[in-house]
Amino acid sequence: MSLFNIFNISGSGMTAQSQRLNVVASNLANAESATGPDGKPYQAKQVVFSTVPTGQVGEGVKVAAVVADNSPMRVVYDPKHPMANEQGYVTLPNVNPVDEMVNMISASRSYQNNVDVMNTSKSLLLKTLTIGQ
Amino acid sequence: MPSISNGVSHSREGVDMSSRIDEMFRFQQTALNLRAARQELIASNIANADTPNYKAKDINFASALQGALAGTTEKLPMTASAPDHLRGNAGESVMGAPVQYRVPLQPSADGNTVDMDVERAQFADNALRYEASVRFISGKGKDVLDALQGF
Repeated sequence: MSLFNIFNISGSGMTAQSQRLNVVASNLANAESATGPDGKPYQAKQVVFSTVPTGQVGEGVKVAAVVADNSPMRVVYDPKHPMANEQGYVTLPNVNPVDEMVNMISASRSYQNNVDVMNTSKSLLLKTLTIGQ
Repeated sequence: MPSISNGVSHSREGVDMSSRIDEMFRFQQTALNLRAARQELIASNIANADTPNYKAKDINFASALQGALAGTTEKLPMTASAPDHLRGNAGESVMGAPVQYRVPLQPSADGNTVDMDVERAQFADNALRYEASVRFISGKGKDVLDALQGF
């Protein structure tokens, strides 16, 4: 029954969007992390979505990869900073807060859309059960 | 010719009656199945609104329903015994009807053609029509009961 498959499709969409929101949270939380376990500044991450066949005609979503953002790091002149180099410059993460906020809003709206789709399918299935009553 | 099921032979009238009731429901039942399949397609479109290069898909409901009722679209797949043989069904299909790509109104840079306004509208529209079919079937079921019970 294809209506049941909508739960899988929307569920995969919700999982993917929440993973995207997770990455946004990680990026925003680490926007000022000048060093990490490897001694390097935090590098922003982005998710890559791809389709995944679900059922006969439906296609769900999955996070194919979480890739590192290769845009240039932010360099700030701050000689007092413990991570500053000889010239007094500190390399800070390449997190763009504006991009991340936009990503966050987009992920949240897409998540909501999937929730709505799931609720509609649920009510349709419940109504289907009332046939003959 | 009387049909035989469960080792019991039915009279001609009995077969005709049940097949007539079956025929009463067939249209709405087919419509309901198609609506459910279309709902799944639109749910895929909404779930993949952020997937790069995803192309929004849909079916032509009217022709799909006509085809499904006429039974002309239920074709057996051809056997392909060599790599250059034609495949019986090249693209995807829903109950025999071809799945088509939506023409984007505002193409986006990442190659995704999902327009959320269109998809949400179509989803709501399809859900409402599904519900209508459910009610029609219920109504028909009551009609049959009324006819059986009399006044």
